[in-house]
Amino acid sequence: MACDKCFEKPVIKVTGSENSFCKACFFKYFEKKVKKTITKYNLIEKNDHIIVAVSGGKDSTVLLNLLVKVLKGRDDVKITALAIDEGIKGYRDKSLEHIKKICEDLKVELKLFSYEKEFGKSLDEILKTYKGIPCSVCGVFRRYLLNKKSKEIGGNKLATGHNMDDEAQTILMNNFRNNIKVSARMGPITGIISDKRFIKRIKPLYFLTEKEITSYAYLKGLMDKFNECPHDSDSYRAQVRDMLNDFEAKYEGTKNGIITAFLEILPLLKKHYKEEEFDEIQNCKICEEPCSGEICKACTFVEKVIKN
Amino acid sequence: MKVYIEKLDQFKEVDAKTVKELLKKLEINPTTVIVTVNDELVTDEVKIKENDEIKLLSVISGG
Repeated sequence: MACDKCFEKPVIKVTGSENSFCKACFFKYFEKKVKKTITKYNLIEKNDHIIVAVSGGKDSTVLLNLLVKVLKGRDDVKITALAIDEGIKGYRDKSLEHIKKICEDLKVELKLFSYEKEFGKSLDEILKTYKGIPCSVCGVFRRYLLNKKSKEIGGNKLATGHNMDDEAQTILMNNFRNNIKVSARMGPITGIISDKRFIKRIKPLYFLTEKEITSYAYLKGLMDKFNECPHDSDSYRAQVRDMLNDFEAKYEGTKNGIITAFLEILPLLKKHYKEEEFDEIQNCKICEEPCSGEICKACTFVEKVIKN
Repeated sequence: MKVYIEKLDQFKEVDAKTVKELLKKLEINPTTVIVTVNDELVTDEVKIKENDEIKLLSVISGG
């Protein structure tokens, strides 16, 4: 078997097609896909200040490298990296060291915020008393800080390393839980309405699988030892991910099928939920961040889980 | 042959002629790993030999 483009030795067979690529042709395929996503969905515009959410994991490391590469020579677009230290000993402390080095090498400014400083306790401390699902509290705090801090830094868009696997999992999870309204905010560029309280999120890796991103990271020498979060196996997402991977192995192209079908109906979902969404957004009475009730979820967790 | 499985941080002894056969014997879903043979990334069709250094690197990492 040889590379479909140049007959060199292949390193990867890409998902959802019969194409196998050698290292050089895979880089071209990968980078072209990212550029096409950026262009097709208008992810980056003139004078943007892009905040790149980085964790030190492979997705955000690849994302930051690619955005720096794609935006080289664009003096009108600024990039700042933003990392959140949840306080998970043996996991996040290691990956943060990796991202600090990557940002130094790429000459990108890194802004670091921690749960301990922002909310009063690290995740490890919180979990000593909180007996719920770790991802519930962690996800709320992380999303809250990403939105709030991106705005404070002066960004107008937040780029995340979400990939095809993440998106296909979320689509299924929202369907299984009858949460279609949440799906209306998804896609390569998020949001239903334009509201300055919410930073627009962009996902340049949207059409690439986790396997393709890991392969790219390996071939580019961007791999650190990307550990799995120790709380990951507790999550509903992990179960959906395993199920979806089993399905993908049996019926290749499943993940691609899920997101392609979803993107077909997304305009209808956005239209359907637009007015309802606009009416519901309020400002949290404690922190003034946007939320659907009187008190935002982050402040609710702080009151219930940290102060008690 | 000895195979390093990153997720488990363990070596396992397996007898296989191709990467595909190796993953099947280890009951590892090919969508969840990338495979390197002597530090080169390879596809599932690649033939493997006794003294090859084989690593299965997990594609899953927490965000």
